[in-house]
Amino acid sequence: MTIAVKDVRVEDKLFQNRYLVDVGRPHITVRPHETPSPNLLALTKVCPAKCYEQNDKGQVEITADGCMECGTCRVLCEASGEIEWNYPRGGFGVLFKFG
Amino acid sequence: MIEEKFDAIVIGAGMSGNAAAYTLANRGLKVLQLERGEYAGSKNVQGAIMYASMLEKIIPDFREDAPLERHLVEQRFWMMDDTSHTGMHYRSSDFNEEKPNRYTIIRAQFDKWFSSKVREAGATVLCETTVTELARDTNGKVIGVHTDRRGGAIFSDVVVLAEGVNGLLGTRAGLRDMPRPETVALAVKEIHFLPEEVICQRFGLTGNEGCVIEAAGTFSQGMTGLAFLYTNRESISLGVGCLVSDYARTMESPYALLEEFKSHPSVKPLLADSEVKEYAAHLIPEGGYKAIPQLFGDGWVVVGDAAQLNNAVHREGSNLAMTSGRLAAEAIFQVKSRKDPMSAENLALYGKMLEESFVMKDLKKHKDMPALLHTNSQNFFMTYPQLISAAAQSFVRVDGTPKIDKERATMAQFVKNRSRWGMVSDAVRLAFAWR
Ligand SMILES: Cc1cc2nc3c(=O)[nH]c(=O)nc-3n(C[C@H](O)[C@H](O)[C@H](O)COP(=O)(O)OP(=O)(O)OC[C@H]3O[C@@H](n4cnc5c(N)ncnc54)[C@H](O)[C@@H]3O)c2cc1C
Ligand code: SF4
Repeated sequence: MTIAVKDVRVEDKLFQNRYLVDVGRPHITVRPHETPSPNLLALTKVCPAKCYEQNDKGQVEITADGCMECGTCRVLCEASGEIEWNYPRGGFGVLFKFG
Repeated sequence: MIEEKFDAIVIGAGMSGNAAAYTLANRGLKVLQLERGEYAGSKNVQGAIMYASMLEKIIPDFREDAPLERHLVEQRFWMMDDTSHTGMHYRSSDFNEEKPNRYTIIRAQFDKWFSSKVREAGATVLCETTVTELARDTNGKVIGVHTDRRGGAIFSDVVVLAEGVNGLLGTRAGLRDMPRPETVALAVKEIHFLPEEVICQRFGLTGNEGCVIEAAGTFSQGMTGLAFLYTNRESISLGVGCLVSDYARTMESPYALLEEFKSHPSVKPLLADSEVKEYAAHLIPEGGYKAIPQLFGDGWVVVGDAAQLNNAVHREGSNLAMTSGRLAAEAIFQVKSRKDPMSAENLALYGKMLEESFVMKDLKKHKDMPALLHTNSQNFFMTYPQLISAAAQSFVRVDGTPKIDKERATMAQFVKNRSRWGMVSDAVRLAFAWR
């Protein structure tokens, strides 16, 4: 069974949130690779902020600006060394008004 | 930056960290609490139901000024298929008591309040400070922390790791394992604003009464997952959470699931004309008793979500966090009062106190539940909701079919989809895991 609701734009959701982006210091990076592992590929769907996307060569890239620091990608891909994960510097990143 | 030495450093200003820091400071210990967010609560996400008696043990008169939304008088549980829900409601005006038992809260506001109490109790609270590493001596004893602020390590007799489910510091220091995809759920949540009167009307509430809906069913696409909808004073919090391992397997998007839940015909009218003001995501520890790590060592204790102290079956976490934080602080205070060193041997007192509390007793009781739900997710979250809905519909619909035929047809459908043996085995395993 597939999901009936199509065309959810996560960008519209993230637009509601407040962020203080630490420009030039991304807190998550993806290790260079030829072809992504299944877990890394899954992140293009599973990351709740849609930070991960495939480029035209099929490699997975990250833009961490909308990241909500949930840690899902860490749980899936840090142990294998495919990504490097840290918290943003103190005070930076997502700022929940309600949480 | 900070030269002096502290009795205790608490990492994190969430439920467990605030409980620990408050209790320690209140007993006169010299406490430093470090929080990476701009303010306490700015990184935290919860449903959120707050259980009064656990907070009362820490701050007895919290009702005087804590930011509470509604006290709960009604609980609904829904089994959902794509077009319907079969529900159980429990409502009692007994919950309109002088000191209500459960409240909805908004975490960012609640944590800010709790943090102000921690400061009043005399702790030094430093926000916008990420702890980057634990400082250890040559024997491996934890003796303080390094932060991303300029300057060297900050020292203390004991460090309370209240860093939440991700537990970066503890896992990197090798004090415990990293959360695994099967032991954590990813929850996404939205907050929808509506006028207070509209919320009261839609849920049949008066004044500060609140209602909770918890739901399982086909919206999770056969994954182990739950949805929730909680009434605040002038907003509704709702969200969906499923195991990370299930997400990775199905490659479903959490926000699509959330939309699926919101657009369900039973949910949509409750949210009509609301204004969404935030979208959040967070992990929830789901491994239960079997996932609990070592809880103390030389110079450190771990509390709350960082120790996987979360009861996913009852959707309780904040109260286990508050209680473990308080007990850790009480244990530390006792060790300190005896002028004993903060060694693993002495801090074992915390483990013992936790063992005797409801925290470990509850988690032990449900120790087999996570595995059962995870291995049977297709049955529990897809097949049964559909069957139950079909049965209820057949029961309710009046169309001239003799009742006896309806009952036979319903039974046949259950047997066809799950087999007699399957149902018996599910029921037995559920009963054993619940016991
Ligand atoms: C969607 C959702 C719904 C929930 N609903 C409920 C509910 O209705 N009722 C309930 O009882 N429980 C609920 N829970 C569970 C509850 O939120 C948690 O159990 C509880 O928040 C755990 O408290 P904690 O203090 O251990 O961790 P947290 O509240 O996560 O606090 C950890 C703190 O540590 C800080 N931190 C982390 N690392 C560092 C570092 N390196 N340096 C400095 N600071 C750091 C963080 O910024 C954070 O403030 C829910 C959880 C979620 C995600
Ligand atoms: S931490 Fe969460 S939101 Fe941030 S990139 Fe990873 S999965 Fe996405």
